[in-house]
Amino acid sequence: MSDILLVATGVSRHFGGLKAVDDVSVTLTRGELHAVIGTNGAGKSTLVNVLSGEIPITTGAITLLGHDATRWTQPRRSRAGLGRSYQRNTIFPQFTVFENCRLTAQARWPKVWDWWTPTSRCADSREAALRAIERAGLMPVVQRLAGTLSHGQKRQLEIAMCLATDPQVLLLDEPLAGMGAEETERMLALLGELKDGHAVLLIEHDMDAVFRVADRITVMVNGRVIASDTPAAVRASPAVQLAYLGDEFVA
Amino acid sequence: MDFPTFLIQCLNAVQYGLLLFLVASGLTLIFGIMGVINLAHGSFYMLGAYLAYGLAPLVERYLGGGFFTTLALGVVLAIAFGYLLEWVFFSYLYEREHLQQVLMTYGLILVFEELRSILVGDEVHGVATPDWLSGSFPLSEVMTYPVYRLFISVVCAIVAIALWAVMTKTRLGMRIRAGATNREMVQALGIPIRFLYRVVFAIGVGLAALAGLVAAPVSSVYPGMGSQVLIICFVVVVIGGIGSIRGAFVAALLVGLVDTFGKVLFPSLAGMLIYLLMAAMLLWKPEGLFKAG
Amino acid sequence: MTTMAADDAMRTRLPKLLPVLIAFALLAAFPAFGSTFYVDLVGKIMIYSIFAMSLELLVGQTGLVSFGHAAFFGIGAYAVAMVTAKVDAASLWLVVVVAVLASAAYALVVGALSLRTKGVYFIMITLAFAQMAFFVFHDTSFGGGSDGIYLYYKPALTLGSLVLVDFDKGRAMYFGTLACLVATFAFLAVLLRSRYGRALAGIKANEQRMRAAGFATYPYKLGAFVLGAMIASLAGVLFAMKDGVVNPELLVWNQSGAVLLMIILGGLGHLRGAMLGALMFTVLQEVYQSEALFGSFSKHWQLMLGLTIIAFVATMPRGLIGLFGKRAKKEAP
Repeated sequence: MSDILLVATGVSRHFGGLKAVDDVSVTLTRGELHAVIGTNGAGKSTLVNVLSGEIPITTGAITLLGHDATRWTQPRRSRAGLGRSYQRNTIFPQFTVFENCRLTAQARWPKVWDWWTPTSRCADSREAALRAIERAGLMPVVQRLAGTLSHGQKRQLEIAMCLATDPQVLLLDEPLAGMGAEETERMLALLGELKDGHAVLLIEHDMDAVFRVADRITVMVNGRVIASDTPAAVRASPAVQLAYLGDEFVA
Repeated sequence: MDFPTFLIQCLNAVQYGLLLFLVASGLTLIFGIMGVINLAHGSFYMLGAYLAYGLAPLVERYLGGGFFTTLALGVVLAIAFGYLLEWVFFSYLYEREHLQQVLMTYGLILVFEELRSILVGDEVHGVATPDWLSGSFPLSEVMTYPVYRLFISVVCAIVAIALWAVMTKTRLGMRIRAGATNREMVQALGIPIRFLYRVVFAIGVGLAALAGLVAAPVSSVYPGMGSQVLIICFVVVVIGGIGSIRGAFVAALLVGLVDTFGKVLFPSLAGMLIYLLMAAMLLWKPEGLFKAG
Repeated sequence: MTTMAADDAMRTRLPKLLPVLIAFALLAAFPAFGSTFYVDLVGKIMIYSIFAMSLELLVGQTGLVSFGHAAFFGIGAYAVAMVTAKVDAASLWLVVVVAVLASAAYALVVGALSLRTKGVYFIMITLAFAQMAFFVFHDTSFGGGSDGIYLYYKPALTLGSLVLVDFDKGRAMYFGTLACLVATFAFLAVLLRSRYGRALAGIKANEQRMRAAGFATYPYKLGAFVLGAMIASLAGVLFAMKDGVVNPELLVWNQSGAVLLMIILGGLGHLRGAMLGALMFTVLQEVYQSEALFGSFSKHWQLMLGLTIIAFVATMPRGLIGLFGKRAKKEAP
C-alpha cells in the first residue's frame, strides 16, 4: 500500500477573471504533516475547498488513494478517506459532543433505508465516535451540549468530528484559530500524534506552531506557490522573506 | 393558424408577458435586495386593479376625469402605501428566517383579502376603457386588435425601459444594486440603507399596482386575482433567476408566450403548461437563467 | 458507555412520551362522553394531526420548507373518490394503496425537481407544483372539475368478501382515525430515532457539514419528501371518508399555508408540536368562525386568523411547545 495518499497536480480555480488558486501542486504522504501558509487571500482556503470537493475545480487533477478523484463529489471523497475540518466551527451546537461525532461517524455506514434501528443500538458509529472523542481529548465533556463548550474545546470537537469518519487524509483549516496558549499546546500535541497513520494538510497563520509541527511547508501568494520545501529551507528562502517582508520570519 | 391569428396571439403574449414583468420585477427586486420573500406581492397587483375601479368615479367627479390622472393618482397612492407598509411591517421581516417571512406574509394576504371584502365586497367589477383608447386596430381585412391592449404593452414597455435606465444609469440604481451585494459596505459609505430599502419596496409595490391599474379594463376586478398572479410570478422568478431583473424580463415574456400559445394549441393542458415549462427549466438550469444583479 | 447512552435516551424520552400516551388514552375514551358535534370535531383534529406530522417530518426535521403539501393531501382524498364506484363500497386496502402510490409518484417527480434547489426557490417551486395539481383536478375532466366528486359509499375494510369494518357504522370512523394517528406517531417517532432520522436532523442543522462527513444528502431529502407525501395522502383518505365529498379546494395554497401554520403554532421540531398545532388551529378556526361570538363579522374570520398568524409568528416563533419545554433547552448559544 502506497504511502502517497493524495496528489494534486496543476490545480486551478478561477472565479470569472480572478484566479483564486493558480496551478498549485501538492503531494500528501502518510506520516507527514504538510503545512500551507500564506498571506490573507492567498487562496489557501480555496485550495482546501477544491481538494475536498466542496467547490469544483477549474483545471488540474486530483488523485486520492490511487484513484482519479477530480470529478468526485465531496461525499464520495469523504467516504474514500478524505476528511476535513473547517476554519469556522461547523459543530452542531444543539447536539451533545457524543452525538456530534456519532453523526459524522455514521456516514461510513449510511444504510439510508434503515428507518427503525434506534441509534442508541448502533455500535459501529458509537464506537467510532468514542474513539475519536478519546483521541481529541474530549472524554470529560462527552455528554455536554456542544454549544456550551469553550472555544478551544469546540475547535477540538471540530477535529474529533473529522476523525470520527476514520479518514486517511486530513485537511485541517486553521484549527488553532482563536485559541489561547494552553489550548494551542494541546492542539499541537494532538496534531503531532495525528501524523502517525495519516497524511495531514494544515492551513495555519500561527508561524511558531507551523514551524514546530510541519515536515514540509508550501507558501502561497496570490493563488500561486512560491516555495515548497522543508521548514528550514523555506525559512531561508529569499523569495519567501520578500513576500512576507520579514515580519513573521524573525528567527 | 393563419398569419393574422398568429399575430394576435403574439401581441397577446407580449402584452401578458410585459404585465407579468412589472409584477415579477418588483418581487425579484424585493427579494434580491432585501432578502424577503413576500407572498403578499400579488395583493399589490390586486390593489392596483381595485384602485382603478374605485378612483375612476372620484377622479371623474372631483378632477374632471382623465384616464392618465387615475393612473397617476393610483400609482402615487400605491407607492405611498408601499412606503408605509415597509416602515410598519416589512422592515421587521429582514432578519427573520424564510419560514417566518412566508408565514407572516401569508397572514398578510389573509388580512388584505378580508379588508378588500369588507371595504369593497366580493363581486366582480368591470372597469371602463377610456373612450379615446376604445377602438380597434385593423390587422387584416377581417381581423382587428383592441387598441387598449396595445396601450398596455406600450405602457409596460416604457416602464421596463425606465426601470432599466434607473437601475443601470442613475446613482440610485447603483446604490440599490450595491446594497444587494454588500449591505455593510453601503452603510459604511454613509448611505442610509433603511431608507434605500423603503424606496425599493415602495417601487416594487408601485410597479405591481401599475400593472393592476393598467390591466383592470381588460382583466376585470375580482377576488383572488392577486393569488393567481402571484403564483405565476413565482414561476417567472424561478425561471428567470431570483434577484435578476433581466431574468424576470426574459422569463416573463417566455411565460407569456408559452401560456398564450399553449391555450390555443393545447387547450386541455392550458393552465398546466407554464408549470411544465418551469419543470423543464429545473432540469436544465435549477438556479434560473440569470444571476442576481 | 453502552448503558449510559441508552439510559440517557430513556431518561429524556419518557417525560415527553407520557403526555402523548395520556392524550391518546383520552381520545380513546372521548366518544363515551362527548356529543356528536364534538366527536366529529375531534375526528377532524386527528386527521389534521396526521397531516401536520407529515409536514413536520419535512419542515421541522429535515429543514425543507414546502408550501405545496396540500397537493398530496388532495391526491389522497381524490383517490378515495375516484376508486370508489358509484354502486358499491371500495375495499380500503385498494384505496389506501392507490392513494399512497399516487402521492408517492407525484412526490417523486416534484421532489426530484425541487430538491435541485434550496431555500426560497424550493418554497416557490413546491407552491407552483401544488398549483399545477390543483389545475389538474379543477380544469380537466380527470377529477370531476370544480364541483368535485361525491363519495357515495365509504370504503370498507374487507377480507375477501367479508366486511370486517363498515365505516358508516357507529364510531368506526373515529376509532379508525385514532388508530391511524397512533400508528403514524409511533412510526415517525421510531423513524426519527433511527439512523435515517438522525441523518435528517444533521441535514437540517448543517447540510454542508453532513456532505463533508460523507453523506450523500439527496436520497435522504427525497426520501423524507416522498414519505411526508405518503402520510399526507393517508390523512387525505381519512378526510374524504369523513366528509363524503372531495373538491379541488383541498389543494389550494390556503390548505398548504394552514398546515404549515399548524406546525409553527404547536412548535417546530417536535411531533407533539404538530398535534398540538393541529388542535390549536382547529380551535382558532372554530372560534373565529363562530357566529355566537362574532356575529355577522364571523364571515370575515380570515382577517382575525391572518392577524393572529402575524402576531404569533412575530412573538412566539418557538410555538406553544416553547412555552412548556423550559427544561430541555436544546438550542445552545
